[in-house]
Amino acid sequence: MLDRSKIVGSPVSRIDGPLKVTGAAKYAAEHFEPGMLFGHVALATIAAGRILAIDTRAAERLQGVVKIYTHENRPKAAYRDSKWKDAVALPGHPFRPLENDRVLFDGQPVAFVVAETPEAARDAAGLIHVHYAAETPNTHIVAEQHNSYEPPVARMKQFLPPPPRGDAEAAFAAAPHKVSADYVLPGEHHNPMELFAATVRFEDEGRLTIQDKTQGSQNSRDYVCGVFGLDPDKVIVKNDFVGGAFGQALRPKHHLFLAVMASLDLSRSMKVEMTRREMFYLSWRPSCVQTVSLAADDEGYLQAVLHHAVHTTSRHEDYQENVANWSGLAYKCDNVKISYELVKLDLATPGDMRAPGAASGVAALETAMDELACEVGIDPLELRVRNFVHRDQNQDKAITSKALHACYREGAERFGWVARSPTPRSMRDGNDLVGWGMAGGIWEAMMSKGEAKVRLSADGHVTVSAAASDIGTGTYTILGQLAAEVFDCPIDAVTVDIGRSNLPKTGVEGGSWTAATTGSAVQAAAKAVVKTLLGHAQSMENSPLAEASEEQVEISEGRLVLEANHQVGTAIADIMAAAGLDAVEEQAKVGPDILSMRRYAAYSHSAVFVEVKIDEELGVVRVTRVVSAVAAGRILNAKTARSQILGGVVMGIGMALHEEGLIDHRTGRIMNHNLAEYHVPAHADIHDIDVIFVEEQDQRASPIGVKGLGEIGIVGVAAAVSNAIFHATGKRIRNLPITIDKILESEAVQ
Amino acid sequence: MAGIAVSTTINGDQAEFLCHPDETLLEVLRERLGLMGVKEGCGTGDCGACSIILDDRLVCSCLVLGAEAEGRRIATVEGMAQGDKLHPLQQKFLEHAALQCGICTPGFLIAAKDLLAKNPDPTEEEIRFGLAGNLCRCTGYDKIVRAVQDAASVMRGA
Repeated sequence: MLDRSKIVGSPVSRIDGPLKVTGAAKYAAEHFEPGMLFGHVALATIAAGRILAIDTRAAERLQGVVKIYTHENRPKAAYRDSKWKDAVALPGHPFRPLENDRVLFDGQPVAFVVAETPEAARDAAGLIHVHYAAETPNTHIVAEQHNSYEPPVARMKQFLPPPPRGDAEAAFAAAPHKVSADYVLPGEHHNPMELFAATVRFEDEGRLTIQDKTQGSQNSRDYVCGVFGLDPDKVIVKNDFVGGAFGQALRPKHHLFLAVMASLDLSRSMKVEMTRREMFYLSWRPSCVQTVSLAADDEGYLQAVLHHAVHTTSRHEDYQENVANWSGLAYKCDNVKISYELVKLDLATPGDMRAPGAASGVAALETAMDELACEVGIDPLELRVRNFVHRDQNQDKAITSKALHACYREGAERFGWVARSPTPRSMRDGNDLVGWGMAGGIWEAMMSKGEAKVRLSADGHVTVSAAASDIGTGTYTILGQLAAEVFDCPIDAVTVDIGRSNLPKTGVEGGSWTAATTGSAVQAAAKAVVKTLLGHAQSMENSPLAEASEEQVEISEGRLVLEANHQVGTAIADIMAAAGLDAVEEQAKVGPDILSMRRYAAYSHSAVFVEVKIDEELGVVRVTRVVSAVAAGRILNAKTARSQILGGVVMGIGMALHEEGLIDHRTGRIMNHNLAEYHVPAHADIHDIDVIFVEEQDQRASPIGVKGLGEIGIVGVAAAVSNAIFHATGKRIRNLPITIDKILESEAVQ
Repeated sequence: MAGIAVSTTINGDQAEFLCHPDETLLEVLRERLGLMGVKEGCGTGDCGACSIILDDRLVCSCLVLGAEAEGRRIATVEGMAQGDKLHPLQQKFLEHAALQCGICTPGFLIAAKDLLAKNPDPTEEEIRFGLAGNLCRCTGYDKIVRAVQDAASVMRGA
């Protein structure tokens, strides 16, 4: 009954849109409480060392300052690490704001000012003088990579490298064609447009209502309750609107801790909003160094894949992401060796940023594949087609679906790939060199545990609720669509209630699993409502549905009817009236199918085609055309789906050409902690981008057939841009971003 | 600290407020007047989220002091819709899915309104350069161009 697709799959405009275009949507920093105080954080100006003394006298004298917190007077919080570990915490010791005199990274909070106005708090923070005993920081991954280590405790089992298969070294040595190179990627910063903020309403009897910028309201609630020993029934965290996050708001940040700490200490409502600069010291995509070695026979069939990845983590936690394992499963190869290590630097703990691991690892792999195609002398797309594999060789599992051939075919056709001249520097447009490059993308299609509640009123109104988040992704809209489909009602008849911690249990929004998880839970709860309705209908005298099973009925135009014959049925209003109800409500719980997961692995796939035009005298690269062909199962909403991919592609262009956290390694400090100097793509950097969703049916990846779209859009883009730049210029640049200076200074290969 | 009395016109209505000499117009609009449609993305004039039209000029309100608004006209996103009727730019942003998380959206709408006031029929390149001072991290920009083109054609026809 759920494939009628009148609403699901259609390009419904986002239901939260009208609030956003009128400025009426309220984000975490936009709530007011009577008598509220404001907080501002003073940040460390060294990257490693100890605080000797903090002089707060001048700051305290400023009018409006209420209290200044440092490690010397911070109220007590939980002692045990386990209380500080949020739902997505890492192996190691979670960061505790203002805990002691240690400085572990540049920009670490060292003092917190509370004042009557935001201006007073900010100005006072600027008057705090901290005396340090600075130590020499190590922040350079290339210089420190010899100190790398295998993480002693795995964050997740699937992040560990698969066991080696075959004999990769011997196969590499024996193969006629081979490439081997190092790829260096800098740290990147998420920079969602919204500043991190929390507004805490201090209520009677120790109740708190907190507006937080988070990708998981229940994660923030549980963290706060764990750290401060609060009763979870007395704390509500809300995140109705989240102004982008891209992974940065998965773990609770210091603003939340400090806002709640001061609120409890002073018995006042509090607001803390970060500065843009402060956000550069939160989680970030770690810098990494990778060595990829590929070997092939004369026809381009892969003989050996070796991938070694090292990325940054902090002194106190072992951040881990799956960088290199993709190389063992993207293509067919029987001789594979993958290794993965971390290096501790004096920097803040990295974190998940859009397609964590894959964005970096696939960038290296797919650049190496392009290099291999040149070495073998075949078309880079053909090389990938020849090495296609419909099995996860890492885990030795079948794959639920992989319409990657369709991505290759439809993407290449839309792009006009067949007209590509293979030789670098052979295509021109006036003064510009033209380059065409491509790459593949892959991301795991995940589903987690989740719950949702659906309520159908006698008047036909539907309410969907779950503690899910919409970080700009379109969660509100797709959940509304899924419910509207079951109840055959317009989407305006559905109220979607999400973004609140006291709603049905939902994990953090991340990893592209929200649509699959909460979407499936909503569908299951809606089906449960239909089943309950059927039960009530069958209790009515002379029910026309007396013999029907739940599989045989559906809702059509306000009536519960036989699927095979819509003439037979009863109006929902009549069923509820007969049962003496004004609504039917059901809750459902979903989770991954463990049995299926033993045999199958699920991934989304893509093929990205890029055209660049380069004025070689200036070194300026313009990405003039992108075609991204994506296989991600069922598409719930063509508009929000396309948006997700476009955004991912543009962030991938940023990764290739612009984005780089610049550190002065002498001081260990970030130099470009603002949007003027940390470059993200702007409107004028972007030209034509075309998105194709290829047909892909998959009932195993999730009950509603979706695989998720938040990550796959960025994966492979940086490599496709880099490969296009090589095709245009003959210059292979293996350290991102590919800025003007690198193009001007590199030599073209012959 | 004594407040400075400032008299302005905001979205066509007379508005008076008291502010401190160190308060930016962004802070005044958001914290004192509750116009939360004016977003803060950086506070340093880099992102365009706090764009407003001051008299006839597009500015970042984080780079203007509240006191400087004396005697001037301010237009924010809150003044774009007429009652329930959305401005064509707002309508087209919705239809083209030219927004996601929504933080950059009000700034884009105001910047586009200013652009179309000065150039009712901009080329794609003029739109991209005209809106290059507004950063968006979600949408990938393309749909914003389409929405502005579409709105421009509606507004020319009206």
